[in-house]
Parts: sequence; structure tokens; C-alpha cells
Amino acid sequence: MKMKLLIIPLIIIAIAVFSGAYVVNETEQVVITQFGKSIGKAKLQPGLYFKIPVIQQANYFPKNLLEWDGDAGQVPTLDKTFLYVDTFARWKIVDPLMFFQTVNNVTGALARLDDIIDPAVRNFVTSYPLIETVRNSNRELDKFEMGVDRDDEETELGEVTTGRGKITRGIMQQAQPKLKDFGIELVDVQIKRLNYVEQVRKSVYSRMIAERKQIAQKFRSEGEGEARVIEGNRGKELKRITSEAYRTAQEIMGKADAESTLIYAKAYEEGPEFYSFVKSLDVYDKTMDKESSLLLSTDSDFLQYFKGYNPESGGLPQN
Amino acid sequence: MAWDWDKLNEQRKGGGGGGGQSGPPRMDEILEKIKGARGKFPGGSWIIIGLIVVLFLGSSCFYTVGVDEVGIVQRFGKYIRTTQPGLSFKLPKGIEKVTKVKVKYVFKEEFGFRTLEAGVRTRYASSSSYDNESLMLTGDLNVAVVPWIVQYRIKNPYDYLFKVNNIRATFRDLAESSMRLIVGDSSINEVISKREEIAIKAAALLQKLLDEAETGIKVVTVEMKKTNVPEPVQSSFNEVNQAVQEKERMIYQAREAYNKVIPAAKGNAEKTIKDAEGYALDRVNRAKGDASRFTERYLAYSKSEDVTRRRLYLEAMEEILPKLGSKYIVDADQKNLLPLLTLGRTEGGIK
Repeated sequence: MKMKLLIIPLIIIAIAVFSGAYVVNETEQVVITQFGKSIGKAKLQPGLYFKIPVIQQANYFPKNLLEWDGDAGQVPTLDKTFLYVDTFARWKIVDPLMFFQTVNNVTGALARLDDIIDPAVRNFVTSYPLIETVRNSNRELDKFEMGVDRDDEETELGEVTTGRGKITRGIMQQAQPKLKDFGIELVDVQIKRLNYVEQVRKSVYSRMIAERKQIAQKFRSEGEGEARVIEGNRGKELKRITSEAYRTAQEIMGKADAESTLIYAKAYEEGPEFYSFVKSLDVYDKTMDKESSLLLSTDSDFLQYFKGYNPESGGLPQN
Repeated sequence: MAWDWDKLNEQRKGGGGGGGQSGPPRMDEILEKIKGARGKFPGGSWIIIGLIVVLFLGSSCFYTVGVDEVGIVQRFGKYIRTTQPGLSFKLPKGIEKVTKVKVKYVFKEEFGFRTLEAGVRTRYASSSSYDNESLMLTGDLNVAVVPWIVQYRIKNPYDYLFKVNNIRATFRDLAESSMRLIVGDSSINEVISKREEIAIKAAALLQKLLDEAETGIKVVTVEMKKTNVPEPVQSSFNEVNQAVQEKERMIYQAREAYNKVIPAAKGNAEKTIKDAEGYALDRVNRAKGDASRFTERYLAYSKSEDVTRRRLYLEAMEEILPKLGSKYIVDADQKNLLPLLTLGRTEGGIK
């Protein structure tokens, strides 16, 4: 029985110790409250801790990075284009005590974040032209396909002076100080989704279609143009080739003619009289035929013997 | 823990001695035996309770870590150590807790589409239902449809487990935001034709954001699926492609016509020139031939000029005169030749 008397208080002590012990996880931090009033410093490090059972209570808060997903909404930009902007933010509870006192829990904190970040997003998107929110830098875009140049388009989009990165940073800087009082640190605000609202999208589509049609037309007429150039070249080449050939041929033939003329002249110069005699006979032979009639006088050389054989009365003259 | 088993076996022999029936003993039977045992040896129930506790603690002291995992051990919530694959020991439940993290496994997140059924012919959920994820504004203020996947590994299990709340949602948000930032800084043409480049940039940006957020995640690859323009605009984009084809076709056709004519013309030109050269050869050779013939004849002629002249003349006459139609011989004294000529005509007329 002595043993039993000893065991009972031991068990009571054990129960007290057990109900007084609590574990803080790596991802948690704890604020101890006593009748709703916070006691001591917040427990930031993970491990095993003890509190007075029943009287004291452990309030757990996440220590790791938390997310906030914004309510996607329509926001007009400075140039009056309606955008559908979906933002998200990441935040941390840096002062659990203050957090506990001001917003009580994560759900409460999310409501505060809604109240603070949403208007900041709206403010920033509304005060910049569309291009600033869409683009991040002034990086040169490769907009045109193979040789289509449209310099006029370049200026239309405008310069990017701020960019998305700076806008989100601006949103953060605007929201950050307001969250300090809640023991919250805003780590990052990002634009998750950015789209045209339905009506704007339709007009953007028709613009895109018109733009493409124009590019297509440009390609077609370029093709046409290049084909014409080739056709022109073809005609030109054709004329060049034939005319050059003609010229060369004429030159060759002319030279040959000249050469032959010289050859003839050089040969005939030796006996011009003989040439005309021989050639004449040749020509007679060629030109006279059945159709030709010949009237010969008896005093011609040919008929000198026709009237008599006496050489005195006729015959060939002595030349 | 061999002694555990020994004790258990001992206990089984002692407890199960009265039983002897096959099949698993029912709960009430076990309780019966325990009650019975208490009667036999005082304090026996304590031993049994102690054994159950020991068994319970012992079973929660061992754990195996798979080849593609590591075990993260927390003692009272605090991170203590990381264990490698194999069988490991830890303090019992309530004191130490192990979480296994697949560090070698490559996880995949899909954006703008979902795989319904992976396989040889993978089926995808209709993309239109994920328009919100895939529709993006491009830098030239056009709209593109960009589906993509991100493959990632857990590089730092400690960060992965403890640094970020709801890590998957955070990861998806960061992936979407980084892809949109890159697409927002690219033109529609780049989004469609330079997917590789965009994927690389998006991967780099996402990795940077993940590191800043201490997610412990390493991006293995960002892979763009088929990027396109929204449905209503697609036909006009195809028209551009067609126009490109048409352009090429027109050029090729013109080249064809060119090639059909020009080489033939070149051949013709060559022929003309060759013909001319032929003519020239012919001309010169003939001239040379004629000339040397003449020279030879003249040389012979000049040796006996008179008789040759007569011979040539008469030979020619001999050739010519028989060919002629009508021949009239007129006396040299006859002055009026006209009647003679008409005579020939009338004869011809009668014929």
C-alpha cells in the first residue's frame, strides 16, 4: 500500500507535466496567453516548451512564408483599356504578438491584406498606360517575320519607362508600411495573370486579324514583285544573249568578207584585163539560155570566118 | 531488440498454452486469458501492458527511407537530422517524427492544359477550360495561348518542408507569374516561333523567384507546349503562312520560266556565232581558192597570151551558143534590124 500512495502523486505530476508541455514545430511560432493576456516573449524557435496547464494557453501561428491570392478584378489602365488583373502576394508573420493582438488569426490577416493590397494594385495599374503593366523592359521585340518591315508600328507601342517589375515593387512599397502595424511583413507582390476583359479581347482579336491580313498581303505582293523582277531579268537576258550573238556573228562575217575581198583584190590586181575577160565569159555562160536570142553581126570576131576564109577580109584583129 | 521478441515468444508460450485452437484469437478470448493470467501470477498484467508499450514504441522506432527519398527527422518539432535511404532508427513516436521527402523524383506541373491519361497516345483535357492559365498578353499587346509544363525536383528538403506554407500553390503562382513576365516582354512572333528561348528565360526567372522564396525547389526544365494564337485569330495567322508559301511559289515559278528560256537562248546564241564562223571560214577559203586559181591561170595565160585568149573565147562560145534559143546572123551591111526581131516574135506567137 505504501507503493500505491507514492504512485498516485507521481501520476498527477506526470499528467501536469504532460498537459503543460507543448511542441513548437519548425513552421510555427507560439504566443502564450494567460486568461487572454499574452505572457512573455513569443516562442520563435522550434522545440519542446512548458506552460502552466489549464491557466495558460498556447496560440500557434505559422512562421513560414504565407500566400495571399488577390481577388481578380477589372482595372482600367491610364489609356482606358480594361484589364483583368490577378495578383498574389507572399507574406510572413514577423511579430506574432502584435499579429495576435491586431488581427488574431490568419483569416483575419487575409482580410486586411485584401483591404490593403487590392487598392494598391488598382492604384498602380490605373495610373500607368497598358504597356507599362504588360512589359517589363524596353527589350527590342522581334515582331516581324522574314523581311517584313513596318517601321510605323514601332512608335505606336511607345516606350516602356516603368515596366511590370517596378509596378509590382511600387505596389509592395505602398502596401508594406500599412501592414507593419499588424506584425506582417509583405515579402513580394506579383501579377499572376493579366488579360484583356472579354469586350476588349474581341476588339484586340479583330485588330490582330487585320494586322495579319496586312502582313499576308505584303508577302503576296512581295512575291509578285520578285517574280516580276525575275521575269524582267529573263527578258533582258534574252535580248542581251541574242543581240550579243548577232553582233559577234556580224563581226566575224564582216571580217571574213573583208579578208576575202583583200584576197580577191590582191590576186586580180595582177591581171585586171584577164580577170574581166575570164569573168565575162563566165557570166555569159551563166546568163545565156534557151530563152535568150542572139543577133550576131557578120563582122563580129566570132563570125569573122563566116563570110570567107581570107584572113584579110576578116579574122581576129591583132591586138 | 532481440530480447523483445524473446519475451514475446515466452509470453506467447505462457499465454497460448491453454489455447491450442487454430485461427486468430478473438478479443474477448485474449481479455479472458489476461484476466486468467492475473490470477496465476500477480503483476503479470503489468508485464503485458509494459510489453505492449514497448512493442508500440519499438515499431515506431524504425523506419525505412526509399532510394529516391531522404528522411527529415524532427524532435519535438525541431529539425534534428536528415537520413539517407535504408533502415534507420529514431526515438519513439511523440518525441521524434520523420517526414520522407522524394528528393530524386522529378515532379511535374502543367499549366494551361491537363493530361487526362498519359500513354502512347496521351489524351489532354480540352484546352479551352484552362484559358485563364494559358491566355497571355504579349509585349506587342496581342494575345497568345501558351500552355507549358515545369518539371522540378526538391533540392533542399528542409526549405521545402518548413519555409513555405502551401508550397504547391506558391510554386504554381510563381511559375505563372514568371512565364507571364517573359511573355509580356516578347512579341507574338517570338512566343510562337522562339519557344525554346522563352522557356529558358522563364526557367531562369522562376528559379530566381523560387530561391528568393526559399522553396528548396530546383527547376529541372520548363517546356513549352504548342503555343498559338487564340482560336478566332488562328485562320489569319495561317493566312500569313500561306502567303509566305505563295510568295515562294511565285518566285519559283518565275525562276522556272527563266530557266526554261535562258539556257536555250544561250545555246542559240552559240549556234549563231558558230554559223558565222563557218561562213567566215567558207568565205575566206573560197577567196583563197579562187585567188590561187586565178593566179595560176593568169600565169599560164601570160606565157602565150594571144592563143590562150582565142582558145578561151572560142571554148566559151562553144559552151554558150548551143544553149541559146534562136540565133540570127546579120550581115554587117544590114542596117535595119527591126523586121528580123519581129519575125522571131510572131513565130513564137503562132506557136
